[in-house]
Amino acid sequence: MHIIENGNVAAALGVKLCRANVIAAYPITPQTPLTEKLSEYVESGEMKAEYIPVESEHSALAVCIAASSAGARSFTATSANGLLYMHEQVQWAAGARLPIVMCVVNRAVGAPWNVWNDQQDSISQRDTGWIQMYCSDHQQIIDSVIKAYWLAEKVSIPIMVCYDGYILSHTYMPFDAPDQEQVDAFLPPFKPDYALNTEKPANLNTVTLPDVRMDVRGELAHGYMEIRYLLQEEMRAALAVAAEAEKRFADIFGRGGDPYIEPYLCDDAEYIAVGLGSLTYQLRVCVDALRKEGLKVGVMGVRFYRPFPDVAIANALKGKKGVIVFEKALSYGYEGALVSDLKSALYEHLAGTGDLPMVQNFIAGIGGRDIRTEDLTQTLRAATKSRVAKEPVWIGLKL
Amino acid sequence: MQAKTTILSLPKEEFVHPGTRACTGCGLAIAYRVGLKALGKDTILIVPPSCLTVLQGLFPIASTKLPCLNVTFASTAAAATGILAALKTQGKEHTTVAAWAGDGGTSDIGLQALSGAAERGDNFIYLCYDNEGYMNTGVQRSGTTPIGAITANTPFKGKLQQKKEVPAIMAAHNLSYVATCSAAYPLDLFDKIRKCIDMPGTKYFHIHIPCPPGWGYDPRYGIKIGRLAVETGYYDLYEIVNGEFKLTAASEKLVEKRKLIPVREYFRAQSRFKILTDAQIEDIQKQINTKWERYYKKED
Repeated sequence: MHIIENGNVAAALGVKLCRANVIAAYPITPQTPLTEKLSEYVESGEMKAEYIPVESEHSALAVCIAASSAGARSFTATSANGLLYMHEQVQWAAGARLPIVMCVVNRAVGAPWNVWNDQQDSISQRDTGWIQMYCSDHQQIIDSVIKAYWLAEKVSIPIMVCYDGYILSHTYMPFDAPDQEQVDAFLPPFKPDYALNTEKPANLNTVTLPDVRMDVRGELAHGYMEIRYLLQEEMRAALAVAAEAEKRFADIFGRGGDPYIEPYLCDDAEYIAVGLGSLTYQLRVCVDALRKEGLKVGVMGVRFYRPFPDVAIANALKGKKGVIVFEKALSYGYEGALVSDLKSALYEHLAGTGDLPMVQNFIAGIGGRDIRTEDLTQTLRAATKSRVAKEPVWIGLKL
Repeated sequence: MQAKTTILSLPKEEFVHPGTRACTGCGLAIAYRVGLKALGKDTILIVPPSCLTVLQGLFPIASTKLPCLNVTFASTAAAATGILAALKTQGKEHTTVAAWAGDGGTSDIGLQALSGAAERGDNFIYLCYDNEGYMNTGVQRSGTTPIGAITANTPFKGKLQQKKEVPAIMAAHNLSYVATCSAAYPLDLFDKIRKCIDMPGTKYFHIHIPCPPGWGYDPRYGIKIGRLAVETGYYDLYEIVNGEFKLTAASEKLVEKRKLIPVREYFRAQSRFKILTDAQIEDIQKQINTKWERYYKKED
């Protein structure tokens, strides 16, 4: 059914349709309308779930970790400093291999305090062992939540579904809210290999030694390093499983595309703008304008950031003259995290082939600074002409 | 009044395998073994980093026969909430959820989550085993280390501040049940757990745990020192049932006897208190006497 709602409601509807069992949340702007909506669903009886109004984000994820360990499909959502306050638990959930889904409604992190949008919060959690998906519109938000549960439970890895605060969370757009029957057909009930139970006791997340160790039956059990190696291996393997999720989803819901990237006018493009989230849809407007000027430009959204779809990205950018990466976050002391990862993928797959494009990096919209489409267009136009000397370049900086 | 459990009537079934990694003479090993007997088979445990993490063993071997979730230091009580929520959605509300955390994990880093869960009225038993310091990391001061105790980070002057009264903080949450216990009186712990197991909301236990390496005494004297803490009137055993305070067990008997062993005997039995001067001990003795005068008056 097509409805007009805001991005937070799109996420909440997705969680309801996935029949999450346990929801824990602590209020933080701009996530609050999402979890308020879920409390409404639960309190009205429209959704059968436990809603826990916890006293901190650290506890929000603690509730999800424990509930998931006991076999419940769990959900939380947060933004900015809330996500940073969870950081220890974020790592824990991945190490414990729990298929929790968390929406990150992207917001700038303090200090100084700022409640507006950028993506420093989720980007700073890049190395925690979570899968990260980025959404560009409301349809992608609700669809990503549904796909995320299927994928997370398939690979036993938690997933962050990230979308831009305000720009997506608080704006209204039409989107298709799928039927419950469709979602039920796509997503079977959560049945983990092991869940805490008194019939079959197990001690989870105990102290694990650097080396492998014999159990009481004389069988070798993993050391810490083996457990962590498997997280890495299965994270990489999750790329293929994500493609399976995308295909299953398309079969049932009749929409979808490339699971990793979202190209727009890229086929014949000589220069490609790259970004995460809603910024890439704004860049489509710039690309349309520049195409009218005769410039062969395209834009590519990265939907999957971890595991990093290096092959898909290298294939899409192979032989292009230039790649211009726009980011709303950066790894302080160097450059945007996305551009570093992208360059690494290009080097790995294209070095020495003559197909290696020039790569430039622009930082925009930090702390919610207005990103003017004219500025983006001008930047993109200039980037096709010559390389800017000092990178990363901050767009709209008033110094 | 329920019948008091004796060593003969204690359930035979063990939930802790012999040969744990606890130190010789560890008070926790006693309280944990007897406490799990009281909690019974239909229990899920939550344990944050603490001596208990070590006592339980190293992967893939575990000394606990009950399902147990190891969680981060600050998240114990919130994890209990999560397990309860999951059990509720599965129709398994009969299962007891019990968190065992140390004093640092309770009075310091875990207090926020504990207060949150207690305020929400989440139905579980929280047991703080109080060995009065961060013993697992090598005996540093915690919120419940008593005044005058030398620790690894109060090395010369001893701790200068008072012990944090966590049971009083928890009682302020209007819980159905708050109790203090001691590893030196394990059957009292057993009876108290059994008494509150079906009470609503959060139940809080504070268990005094003598610690040979942390307190500085020969491991064979653990029970003696635990008892001295109670018999000197220094550490009191009580219950607060729906807001009603009542001394229990050995402390209750002290009211009848009206005779406390001088607290000096407790202090002088442990090397951690070696810098306490006679004058300081006298001062603490006066505080104990004043406290007990109030107990006597209440009884009269």
